[in-house]
Amino acid sequence: MANELLFFMEVLVGGLLAGTMYSLVALGFVLIFKASATFNFSQGAMVFFSVLAFCGFMQDFNIPFVLAFILAAFLMVVVGLCTERLVLRPLMNASEDTVLMATIGLGYVLEGLAQAAWGVEVRRLDLGIGDFPVPWIADNLKLFISALDITAGLVAAIMIIGLFLLFKYTKIGLGLRAVADDAGAASSIGIPLKHIMLLVWSAAGVVALVAGCMWGARAGVQFALVDLALKALPVLIIGGFSSIPGAIIGGLIIGAVEKILEVYIGPFFGGAIEGWAPYVLAIFFLLYRPEGLFGEKIIRRV
Amino acid sequence: MKPIFMTYTKKDLINLAVCMVLSVLIIPTFIKTEYWYTSILIPWLCLALATIGQQIVMGYTGQLALGAAGFMAAGAFAMFNLILRVPDLGFVGSLIVSGLIAAAFGILFGLPSLKVRGIYLMVATLASQFFIIWMIDKFGWFKNYDSSGIITAQDIVILGKPFTTPLAMYFVCLAVTTILTLLAMNMARGSTGRNWMAVRDMDIAAESMGVSLLRTKVQAFAISAFYCGVAGALFAFCYLKSLEPVAFDIKLSFKILFMCILGGLGTINGAFIGAAFILLFPVLLNAIGNNVFHGAIDATIISSIEQVIFGLLMIIFMIYEPLGMAKLWENLKQSMRSKLSLSGIKGVKSPVLKK
Repeated sequence: MANELLFFMEVLVGGLLAGTMYSLVALGFVLIFKASATFNFSQGAMVFFSVLAFCGFMQDFNIPFVLAFILAAFLMVVVGLCTERLVLRPLMNASEDTVLMATIGLGYVLEGLAQAAWGVEVRRLDLGIGDFPVPWIADNLKLFISALDITAGLVAAIMIIGLFLLFKYTKIGLGLRAVADDAGAASSIGIPLKHIMLLVWSAAGVVALVAGCMWGARAGVQFALVDLALKALPVLIIGGFSSIPGAIIGGLIIGAVEKILEVYIGPFFGGAIEGWAPYVLAIFFLLYRPEGLFGEKIIRRV
Repeated sequence: MKPIFMTYTKKDLINLAVCMVLSVLIIPTFIKTEYWYTSILIPWLCLALATIGQQIVMGYTGQLALGAAGFMAAGAFAMFNLILRVPDLGFVGSLIVSGLIAAAFGILFGLPSLKVRGIYLMVATLASQFFIIWMIDKFGWFKNYDSSGIITAQDIVILGKPFTTPLAMYFVCLAVTTILTLLAMNMARGSTGRNWMAVRDMDIAAESMGVSLLRTKVQAFAISAFYCGVAGALFAFCYLKSLEPVAFDIKLSFKILFMCILGGLGTINGAFIGAAFILLFPVLLNAIGNNVFHGAIDATIISSIEQVIFGLLMIIFMIYEPLGMAKLWENLKQSMRSKLSLSGIKGVKSPVLKK
């Protein structure tokens, strides 16, 4: 009995920590949605693009780790700048769906560019953190938890706290919230809309890079990252599109539920239900609470 | 213009006649190489049909859906099992029933559209994409317990006659596509289509005017999935000639979405234009790579460039012409017509002015 409980705990903790990886991707979506009410479908492609660039800098040009990270982050700022200039500004007054489709196009551009520049083969990314159980925890608590999962959890926690403080206590954060509320009103009282958008897209790019590093260290840097990043969408639906804590909680729920379902129910169906379980869970949430756990209530007028 | 038969105007009937002459008489007499049928015309017709399905739900009803390939897979595997297990049904019967099976899935996964829209709905339809592929993959019954993963599609037999040559398969696809396209045009122009468009333009307003959202949306999803299912069955039996769930992955869904958007949302001819473009452009790009650069550019680079160009086109169209290539074509026709009529007016007016 105790063993079963321990096993359950292990599955649960593993799922929760894996869920923080989804949260990291979802965080990028939330940042952009909060500031511009745009669903950035290309966030997954940004994850892939940034981490492939990072690997490319490190492995093809032998640039040291830290410098490569800074370069990749800078590249993401450039991507953000170009996106703001070339895609979002011309679509300022377009409908939500139009912007969404444009970001799908943007995702295609980023995926294509990344593969053209750095090739299609799977790259290994070594962060110096092993994807194996931490001995101390395994000995003392008898739980097998990967060091990488714990790092991802810590990184996610730090980023959440950082972003939370940024949004809550800085002038920039106030500006961001104002723009999210009503972009027109915000710009009429002198908040520089363009700078805010640039800032948000750059921040989302850096978040994508961090998420990409975590995913890349686990699964290798490859095109499948784009599909994995799609799982951030159910996370957002559960957590709410405009809530940073929501992205975290949503990620934890998705991570835990999909692992538990996979381990306990999966064997009856031949496994691999992880592939669709998050989406079905999202449908149930949509039916009962379309705005998500922490989202603002959606009110539509004629 | 006044319709002279059902909702079709004189212009439509002329267009239909021209298309029929072109596709039934001219293409088979002039194109003899099999490559054109097996690699271009047949997939074009199949994907255009699937794109019409996507158009119905996305272009006409305004619901962002991203699961066309899932419904295509449902149709294809339903077809395989129907021919295998219910041989009495015949090819045409199986095709219709497999479309209906796909439609059932469409209704099931279209239900969230009653509550949500936009990207929320897109996520819900992604569930259908992943679930259907998983289901076919994991339950051996659907694949007749074939362990290799790829099943060979049965030969097409209609009324005792085999349709196995590329030309014959082309005619099968052509017949099905023509009939379903005409039906789609009829639906889009009738009260059904007007309800769809009312829901697209403002669902709350449509509802308060007495359009039933439940009926309209579920109907759109069902019909869309029917089209995708039939297209998937044709795609597997005439083009791939084999069945494997991987062929219907999310990439195909994105491809159909691109065909739909680049072709022109809310138009039937846009489905054909978009499908032709997405299908032919890589062929063209490869030809350029092979003939101009003599294979100096790696094939993976070419496919990456293709992806970048599709993405860029998507962005450019969204910014400058959200209604896609069908609208560009319309504008071109319009400007040609106005030029022609202007010169015509001048011709008439000049003698009048002389007086």
